[in-house]
Amino acid sequence: VSQKPRKGPPATQAEKDQLVLVSIEDLAREIHAAIRSGRKPTLAFPIRNLGNVSYDRKTGYLEIGDATSERTLTYNTAKTFAQTLMMMQMSQTHVRGNKRSTKREAYYIGKSDAWGEAQFNDQPESDAIIDDIEAMFAERGVTREQLRFIADDHGGSVAGELIVIDRHSKTGEELFIDCTRMGSGAFSIPKFVEHLRFETSAKFILCIETGGAFDRLNTEEYWKKANCILIEMQGVPSRACRRFVRRLADDKKLPVYAFTDCDPYGFANIYRTLKVGSGNAAHINQFYCVPQARFLGVTPQDIKDHKLPTQAMKEVDIKRAQDALKNDPFFSSHKEWVDAIKLQLEMGKRAEQQAFAKYSLEYVFETYLPQKLANPKAFLP
Amino acid sequence: MGMDEWERPQGTRVEIELEAKYQKGQRSVDTYLRATALANPHVTIRYRDPEGTWQVWERATRTLPAEPREVQPHPYGVELGVLLQMMKVTENRKLGAFLQNEFSRVSRKSAFEICQLAGVNPETWVARVAREEAQKLHAALSQVKLMNPPTDCISPIGEGLLVDSLQREYPKAFLVARTRAPSVYRGNPFQVEVALAHDPSAMPSDQTITLLRFANRVPLLYQQGACAVTKAVTSVRWKPYGVEHPRGGLPVGPMVLAVHLASVWVPFTSESKEAVASYPEIVEEIRRAVMECGRSLGIHLSKTRRQNEELKKRDYIAKYIPKISQALQGILELDDRERDRTTAQLTDILNRSRKL
Repeated sequence: VSQKPRKGPPATQAEKDQLVLVSIEDLAREIHAAIRSGRKPTLAFPIRNLGNVSYDRKTGYLEIGDATSERTLTYNTAKTFAQTLMMMQMSQTHVRGNKRSTKREAYYIGKSDAWGEAQFNDQPESDAIIDDIEAMFAERGVTREQLRFIADDHGGSVAGELIVIDRHSKTGEELFIDCTRMGSGAFSIPKFVEHLRFETSAKFILCIETGGAFDRLNTEEYWKKANCILIEMQGVPSRACRRFVRRLADDKKLPVYAFTDCDPYGFANIYRTLKVGSGNAAHINQFYCVPQARFLGVTPQDIKDHKLPTQAMKEVDIKRAQDALKNDPFFSSHKEWVDAIKLQLEMGKRAEQQAFAKYSLEYVFETYLPQKLANPKAFLP
Repeated sequence: MGMDEWERPQGTRVEIELEAKYQKGQRSVDTYLRATALANPHVTIRYRDPEGTWQVWERATRTLPAEPREVQPHPYGVELGVLLQMMKVTENRKLGAFLQNEFSRVSRKSAFEICQLAGVNPETWVARVAREEAQKLHAALSQVKLMNPPTDCISPIGEGLLVDSLQREYPKAFLVARTRAPSVYRGNPFQVEVALAHDPSAMPSDQTITLLRFANRVPLLYQQGACAVTKAVTSVRWKPYGVEHPRGGLPVGPMVLAVHLASVWVPFTSESKEAVASYPEIVEEIRRAVMECGRSLGIHLSKTRRQNEELKKRDYIAKYIPKISQALQGILELDDRERDRTTAQLTDILNRSRKL
């Protein structure tokens, strides 16, 4: 790689596009040169799992380590190698034509005649190639979105005291979206969020795990009472959702609170990924994380304090909890979390965020949330 | 032949009426006949099944098997009852002469030795030997040191015919057969033959192999698990030959293994003659014959695998290398000449590394 690695995304869209083009050309030139000098070309990928990340509170996210794996061109890897280069060419074409495709569209482009024998058998195959390219370019600060491949899945939704300033995709005209006026629905976070700007008077952002809990608070216009922005994550937040919250929180200096079910999936998958990123996408954690997030609830202590109805933890819950304590550098570096998870393992119980309905539909926003929000310092880190 | 007219100028006709349940499968008349045809390539079998369909196994050879040569019993393998019977019918009068003349490999000296061990005078009249003395004599028979019996009395099927036989059933299979040199257990000469047919296009690859057992050319259909043949085949390590082999079971694969034990005295585990008893000498001979066939199969399989691998490599290179150059051309805006040169060079790099 001839260009010096740089951290962080470049500022303007034109610069970002230039960086992508240069990265693609550099790698192609390197491969071409290897072939010309009679050597087998090799691709190097950073290893993406929890074993190759470290966590530092100051950095704020799970940072990828130096371990790499190499793929040398042999007859066995020839197909993947060809697909990688052809996908890089697709990205180059996208950037030059200012186009974007979803990962599924990219899979279908890879079904075209031009791809011939190198066509994909299924989408996981093409997704893996896209992930590989992103990982190779990660140290240059290139993300999948900048390569012009976007996710197919739902990006999450927003309601509350926020005006999102978007642009018309053809005319470039500014569009003002008032998230207090979405009726009984909500604003869908777009797959690509880098160009969005915000206006808000809200005091905090509340990221909610389930659609049910989000709907309850949205229907009751809780965002008006608490002067906040509600985010519906629908399970583990998508990259677009994480990036949206991050940009909004950074831009408007807002605290971010997470509200999930009280189970290891809620802590170790949803909240951990929201705040510090994940193991298998470790190469892009620096962009897709919300380090200022704090955990409001539902905590194991809340189960006791509010005498919530519970279910027994399943084997998979217990395994996930033990795994978080043992292998996840985020949890092991926060004593509060270690204590909370141990407490839950002791109780052997889990509870859902909608369990407050035991008392009344209003309990969650009239009693639980106000009580918690009276002392955000007590939130789990 | 049923009730058809007998139009042969000579021969033997046997008619037996049996009442039984007619069934198909592993242990059936059909299987028995198929196996019989395999072990008797000199025989043509015509069979009309209950549905009226004729099945014919034409002979694979017109040469009859060599007729077994009659030999005298060897003292090591004689049972007490047989000894008593022999003493009853012998024309020899004195014990020493009886031993020397009626047994294989018993010299004058060894006859004396046997009598000495049994505490009997060799000059005793055979007719006067008491029952207890006969028992002592029987015990002494296996204690003297004697030469092994002659082994030219056994008539094996032969490697060539075994292969021909299997080829009738599996025309596209890899075939190999081994006839071991004759050997001896407890004074009984025996000879082991193994034939193997491997054909992934004709047999299932995910099931246990078909094991065919024969004793003196007769198929054994029952008691497979209790048989020395099964024990020997199971004890062979098949994995080095490239054959899947679950622990403690028969190997798995598209394979028929036929094992023939020819002997003057086949040691069955019971009167029903369903399974061969596991004498160490017999198990070892079967093992060796099976291993020799297995080695040939292993060489064949690895050759096939290498050829397939080579074809696959060539195919991959032809398919994907041009795509790599094509993508490089697209990204780096190379001209067509440079693209083709890259393809040629890359093909060369991969071909070169294959040979190293």
